[in-house]
Amino acid sequence: MPSYDARNRKGRTVAISTERHGSVLAIKAEGRIDGSNAADFLKSVEGVIDQNDTGVILDFSDLNYISSAGLRIILLIAKDLRQRSVMFAVCSLSSSVAEIFMISGFDQIIDLHADSAAAIAALQ
Amino acid sequence: MDTYKILVVDDEPDLEPLILQRMRRNIRSGRYRFVFARNGIEALARLGEQEDIDMVLSDINMPQMDGLTLLEQIPKVDPNIRSVIISAYGDMKNIRTAMNRGAFDFVTKPLDFKDLRHTIERTLKHLIEWRSALASRDQLVMLQNELDVASKIQQSILPTRFPTTTHYDIFGAMEPARNVGGDFYDIFTLESGHLGLAIADVSDKGVPASLFMMSSRTLLKGTAIGIPEPGYVLRDVNDLLYEDNDAAMFVTVIYAVYSPASGQVTYANGGHNPPLIVHTDGSSTLLPPIGGLALGVAPGIIFPQDTISLAPNETLVLYTDGVTEAMNADDEEFGVERLQAIFAGTPPSNAREATESIFDAVHAFAGETPQSDDITCLSVFRRPAS
Repeated sequence: MPSYDARNRKGRTVAISTERHGSVLAIKAEGRIDGSNAADFLKSVEGVIDQNDTGVILDFSDLNYISSAGLRIILLIAKDLRQRSVMFAVCSLSSSVAEIFMISGFDQIIDLHADSAAAIAALQ
Repeated sequence: MDTYKILVVDDEPDLEPLILQRMRRNIRSGRYRFVFARNGIEALARLGEQEDIDMVLSDINMPQMDGLTLLEQIPKVDPNIRSVIISAYGDMKNIRTAMNRGAFDFVTKPLDFKDLRHTIERTLKHLIEWRSALASRDQLVMLQNELDVASKIQQSILPTRFPTTTHYDIFGAMEPARNVGGDFYDIFTLESGHLGLAIADVSDKGVPASLFMMSSRTLLKGTAIGIPEPGYVLRDVNDLLYEDNDAAMFVTVIYAVYSPASGQVTYANGGHNPPLIVHTDGSSTLLPPIGGLALGVAPGIIFPQDTISLAPNETLVLYTDGVTEAMNADDEEFGVERLQAIFAGTPPSNAREATESIFDAVHAFAGETPQSDDITCLSVFRRPAS
């Protein structure tokens, strides 16, 4: 049977990997975040954040695409972290993902950084 | 561990203590619970009283109602109960009949309890799988119902009649993705005689997103009737949508006020793809960013607005990201360049032509690649002064 959604024929889930810099957690997301995997992406991100983390960075250097359903998840993460007074930033946006942030206006409400070093420095 | 309740039906009184004795480990561990009946009539009475019976283990020859008749009756009580028949060794005729009447399996007398335990486990395993298949089917049906509701809500709010005057004509279309997205557009006349035009894309799918779409559309229209400035309209709608928005849904929207007499378009942008102006020579201009944010994201946002002028024979094209992010088999996006290329050398002569040529181009580009987002387009063509 052909894949339900061709955009995800290379795998539906968003692979994530993490790196710790003191109490700042950097989460790297790979591939694309859209309606088919956004909810799973939220779950995996929530799963790796530790109670004691003081900052969380989403590293999008390997992310090719994010849909509005994906932006909604970013918003949910940002709101949740803000409520718990945890700092939050997104870094290393590819030009196409940066454009999606810009068009939607999300670049004004999410702390964006050019690379992970800048994001880590800002959150430490 | 889950407990399974097994109804044992046999007219021999010795079977009850024997089963309780030989199956004592499984009973003690909580895996099995047994209830007993002496014939088919009693068995049906037990099934009627105890709705949690999972399987029936029944003898064939019994007074009043035999096992083969009981087999026919069980599905009427509950089609999801599985039955195992106890027959005399070598009684192939009755075993055949029992299997034809829906028995899941059989064991023979004298009972080999190791084999019986094995048969019970096999039956329960089948039952568990069957139940989980039923549960997923129910979930699928529910999901399908939800998607149908969402799709109906979406279709119901789209205008199907497009105003046409000597000054302008308008044409919009929305092609829903299979798994339901959240695009909509709207056209309404304002007190000033100007036209309110909106195109929008809700961030999520399903019934909650459709309801959010509904309120976005109602709030936008309701607010626009009282406020002539698009920037203020979006500001108010944003603050209203932001309240109680725990699900963090949002909607991107272009709201424009078009003056038919002057051709002026005043618009504000709530995080949506920039509008396109197609000029009389087929070249086109993507309106530059003017600031703004998707609606429902943050409170107290200021939405700047801008005014541009539509010349006679020019077309204003509003579209959603389903157009620019349509994919082809090579994983390429349709993109803005291809959108602008549609009209290069062939400017549209009315709004319908503009909208339809965009759909045609996206279809040709995507080919067999399934559509993953709604594709929506709303065009306004300014007719030459007559």
